[in-house]
Amino acid sequence: MADKTRIDPTTGVETTGHDWDGIEELNTPLPRWWLWTFYGTIVWGVIYVILFPAWPLVTQATGGVLGWSSRGEVTADIERVNLSNAELTESLATVDLAVLDENGPLHDFAVSAGESVFRNNCSQCHGAGAAGVAASGYPNLLDDDWLWGGTLEDIAFTVRHGIRNEEDGEARFSEMPAFDWLEEEQITAIAAHVRSLSDLEHDAAVAAEGATLFVENCSSCHGDDGRGDREVGAPNLADAIWLRGSSQEAIEAQLIAPRHGVMPPWGERLGEAQVRAVSAYVHALGGGEEQVSGD
Amino acid sequence: MNDNPPLFAPTEPIFPRRVSGFYRTLKWWILFATLGIYYLTPWIRWDRGPNLPDQAVLVDLANRRFYFFWIEIWPHEFYFVAGLLIMAGLGLFLFTSALGRVWCGYTCPQTVWTDLFFAVERWIEGDRNARIRLWNAPWDTRKASLRLTKWAVWLLIAICTGGAWVFYFADAPTLLRQLVAFEAPFVAYATIGVLTATTFILGGFLREQVCIYMCPWPRIQAAMVDPGTLTVGYREWRGEPRGKGNAKRAAVAEDVDSQGARVRYGAALDKDHAAPRISREGETLGDCIDCMACVNVCPMGIDIREGQQMECITCALCIDACDDVMAKIGRPRGLIDYLALEDTPPTVPAPEGWQPTAAWRHVLRPRTIVYTLAWAAIGVALVVALFVRPEIDVTVAPVRNPTFVTLSDGSIRNAYDLRLRNKHAEPRAFHVALSADTVLRIALEGEDDLVVDVPASATVRQRIYVTARPQDPAAAVDHTDLRLWIEDLTSGERAHADTIFNGRESNDD
Repeated sequence: MADKTRIDPTTGVETTGHDWDGIEELNTPLPRWWLWTFYGTIVWGVIYVILFPAWPLVTQATGGVLGWSSRGEVTADIERVNLSNAELTESLATVDLAVLDENGPLHDFAVSAGESVFRNNCSQCHGAGAAGVAASGYPNLLDDDWLWGGTLEDIAFTVRHGIRNEEDGEARFSEMPAFDWLEEEQITAIAAHVRSLSDLEHDAAVAAEGATLFVENCSSCHGDDGRGDREVGAPNLADAIWLRGSSQEAIEAQLIAPRHGVMPPWGERLGEAQVRAVSAYVHALGGGEEQVSGD
Repeated sequence: MNDNPPLFAPTEPIFPRRVSGFYRTLKWWILFATLGIYYLTPWIRWDRGPNLPDQAVLVDLANRRFYFFWIEIWPHEFYFVAGLLIMAGLGLFLFTSALGRVWCGYTCPQTVWTDLFFAVERWIEGDRNARIRLWNAPWDTRKASLRLTKWAVWLLIAICTGGAWVFYFADAPTLLRQLVAFEAPFVAYATIGVLTATTFILGGFLREQVCIYMCPWPRIQAAMVDPGTLTVGYREWRGEPRGKGNAKRAAVAEDVDSQGARVRYGAALDKDHAAPRISREGETLGDCIDCMACVNVCPMGIDIREGQQMECITCALCIDACDDVMAKIGRPRGLIDYLALEDTPPTVPAPEGWQPTAAWRHVLRPRTIVYTLAWAAIGVALVVALFVRPEIDVTVAPVRNPTFVTLSDGSIRNAYDLRLRNKHAEPRAFHVALSADTVLRIALEGEDDLVVDVPASATVRQRIYVTARPQDPAAAVDHTDLRLWIEDLTSGERAHADTIFNGRESNDD
């Protein structure tokens, strides 16, 4: 780049002296309003820095005299939404659950609010799609099989108090004893009988032997026909749903050293309205059961 | 040479003189038409029934609808807007390749509002000379009152302009009542405020600065015009050398012959005005008398005789101004005219019988025809799409987390989210069903039957369940094709959506 300015003969305007392979630049002055606009942006910038969070310091940025923050804005938004939903929330916390689905708008509110509650609090174990994690013993909430009952009341109770936890005195509590004192053949026979209950492949002779053992040892909780008892959370052994596997080995393992799921109580943490909301959501996932009248 | 050239220069004020003529009249008509459309459109009513707004043109942001007379655009039909934007782009290419910056000169909002503001300025402060005097005059009562009156009228126009904009986004009569009663949403006042300020400043003060410094189109158009494009230009070969002529004309044919060049050209153009002009020094002059009429009327403050310039918006007012002068001095019109740069005669004087290419041949060229065809093709496609689009629609999204659920009896159940769309202006009930040849069963979440009520002009999401019994083949295999039908129980219209049913095998993926 040469450093010689000259007057461009065509336009009569001075060049900047910059030369790129013969292409020169005219030194046309900018309009003065442009300069004032530029000063204006500087003034704007100074005002902005004073009013809003701006300079990054070691742990946080300067606050700005308006005290604005994006977190504060979110908090205000949440408060605003909570306020506008206050009436619905109040109704939800007090409504008779048996008639919730007759109140369309309140039911819709409960289900959509419950979805957020579920994603925030429940999906860590039961999965974002509520399909559970069979390998870890987290039950699938989409199917029509319920250990502790699938009516809206039942679900809400389970959510409120949890299962087999130490924190809540009303938590659903029952444990299957370990049948490790039985002979190995007896274990095998019971497992074969259990498989026979749901028509899984089994040795008929061994299963028949197990049937007697089942009546002696298991039917007090699981029932003579193996259909379980929701009062004590004993699973139905005669259906197609197996939380901890349906193989001979899996059933034997559960007999010798039973594993039990634990669920924390959510009543205090979520509050009654959110407990009911998430219960309504789970109830509407496809497996919810109707309240039996007079129950 | 100045050692320190100024980095910044004050803007030269421009005082365009009043002009009348064909293009000025045309521009008035376009100004009234475009401003009329802009200000009045939101007030046109259009009856769509009790559940929908009755405003002919309405952008309903809250409900995500765009209403344009009998057309209603939903968000999923945004391709109509995209198509219109492509047509607008191609239209701009077409007009620019045929007629240069005709958009800038006649219909650009900046041009139209500036033109309106100039008219106000001329009405209050007088024509060019009066305005120059006023500009140079010291501030006194008269100057202040004239300036304040002008600014007040400008501000009124600006408020109306910003005000009209918001009426496109809400029911106009309701919003007007709210605005007057100070009950309108803040965003309405803010929008009016911003648009009032931009109209006032851009139309009243920045004017040509917008075109020169802010708008990208002057740069783009340089790539869009070609030597065959009709644009506003000066016939240099006819006008030069310019100068004030001797009042006496050399009218005799012999004299004309002795002058050679000019005569032949003039004769070719117009036999009645063949006589050349002669300067006091005896030099033969061109048609330009250097009266500066073209410069004085120019809203951009340029001299068109210097050739094509980025500043020129082709408003054509210099054509009117020059034609006026040509008529007065008895020369043919069109010294400044719509012309193509390639239409310069090969020699000056022009060879015997030379004629510029006809205007229609500049407009009708392969390039403009290709643009027109592309433009029309998209237009036809949009119109066809507009007429074949259904009034009801269904989309289905299988729930994939999990892909299927095993029920107590060993049945396999899939869940789907249906979106049922009802474009009718009244609520409709839709019956949901599977195709008749399947053994799979369908159920709706939260409903005892298979009927979903969809409100007027709304979309409803409905979770549905499809179940295969354990013995059904669909329960076992990887997946089975599935077709869902919806039927509008009022009109009997049907629509369908295809999806798949996942069986137990799909778990092995």
